[in-house]
Amino acid sequence: MSPLVQLAAEEAENPLIPPIPELVIGLIAFVIVFGFLAKKLLPNINKVLEQRREAIEGGIEKAEAAQTEAQSVLEQYKAQLSEARHEAARLRQEAQEQGAALIAEMRAEGQRQREEIVAAGHAQIEADRKSAAQALRQDVGHLATDLAGKLVGESLEDHARQSRVIDRFLDELEEKAEAAR
Amino acid sequence: MSADPTQTLAFDTSCHLFDGCGFPAPGLHSFLFKPLFGDADSNLYFNKTMLLALLGSIIIVGFFWAAFAKPKVVPGKLQMIAETGYDFVRRGVVYETIGKKEGEKYVPFVVSLFFFVWMMNLWSIIPVAQFPVTAIISYPAVLAGLVYITWVALTFKRQGFVGFFKNVTGYDKSLGGVLPLSMTIEFFSNLIVRPFTHAVRLFANMFAGHTLLLLFTIASWYMLNGIGIAYSGVSFVMVLVMTAFELFIQAVQAYVFVLLTCSYIQGALAEHH
Repeated sequence: MSPLVQLAAEEAENPLIPPIPELVIGLIAFVIVFGFLAKKLLPNINKVLEQRREAIEGGIEKAEAAQTEAQSVLEQYKAQLSEARHEAARLRQEAQEQGAALIAEMRAEGQRQREEIVAAGHAQIEADRKSAAQALRQDVGHLATDLAGKLVGESLEDHARQSRVIDRFLDELEEKAEAAR
Repeated sequence: MSADPTQTLAFDTSCHLFDGCGFPAPGLHSFLFKPLFGDADSNLYFNKTMLLALLGSIIIVGFFWAAFAKPKVVPGKLQMIAETGYDFVRRGVVYETIGKKEGEKYVPFVVSLFFFVWMMNLWSIIPVAQFPVTAIISYPAVLAGLVYITWVALTFKRQGFVGFFKNVTGYDKSLGGVLPLSMTIEFFSNLIVRPFTHAVRLFANMFAGHTLLLLFTIASWYMLNGIGIAYSGVSFVMVLVMTAFELFIQAVQAYVFVLLTCSYIQGALAEHH
């Protein structure tokens, strides 16, 4: 063994001197791993991880949107409800007012009609009374003259006779009143 | 023991205690492999570590292909496991050090680095293979080199020429008189020592781990004779313990490697060093 070959052999034994072929193979081996992972496999999984993240976040967003919408619908519904309540109250108020006015009007009308009827009744009664008084006066005149004639024609001897005459007179009077009716 | 680059097994199996032969201790020769084909003297050969490196790549790509080729929004078991690993590196390492906005671009690189290093480390305890590829300095050196190139290029791109110099030397006016000294140290530390330590940290850990495993394995076998059998049992228990420990160290070293990578990239992106 020449000294040079021996030196080379010793050098090869130094574990800190990297053998060149191993360097090359090491590089190739790493590049294989790096190439596959960097170009294909990691982008693949990144896409899926992103999709998963979106799916989760999308679900959350959807739920949030639904909640917001539900909230706004509830607000709207509440607003409408309170508006309807106000409207109903207003209508009730109006109806009450209208009813009161109507009753007052009707009451006034009834009063007026009653007064008219009463007035008409009074007038009628007055007219009747007048005509009755007229008729009575005539009748009384006749009766008086008749009675006077009878009194003069017949003697007033006894009490019995007297009363008989009066009774007869009253009977006649009644008959006349019946006939007049 | 003389170094025998043509070994096929890690040690001489015919030798036992009381047989009159010495303990076939593991050494540098344990990290040399007879080429499967080609010539060890020329630079054209193919050996076990190369086979394991390429096989490891194929396993990683195969695993992620099975998991991520047709990913689903609702993941299956395999996709879930792969996603957990991916998420660990992406969120736990890259986002934590570089930040989400700036870091996203480096996620594929760092993820590839992590799983590559881990797989190469894992070979250490996978039966039949049983050799950490990263215990050969070439493999960590390639990876550290790639990180170094990325870091230097990125620093230039982000900081400009003067900015690069300031970044690398840790220029800080408030240091006053010690500035030249601190700048010299920082310059060497960042630009020259850093890639070396980055690679050697991984290499040395796996080298030492493999040596320990070998030591106890060889001892278990070597002492399997006479009274030595009792000690052999103890040694074998240590093999199991060290295997479990290595499993942990392999993951930790892969994590440390990518964590440092991210911290270097973050340093290149930072406005002030």
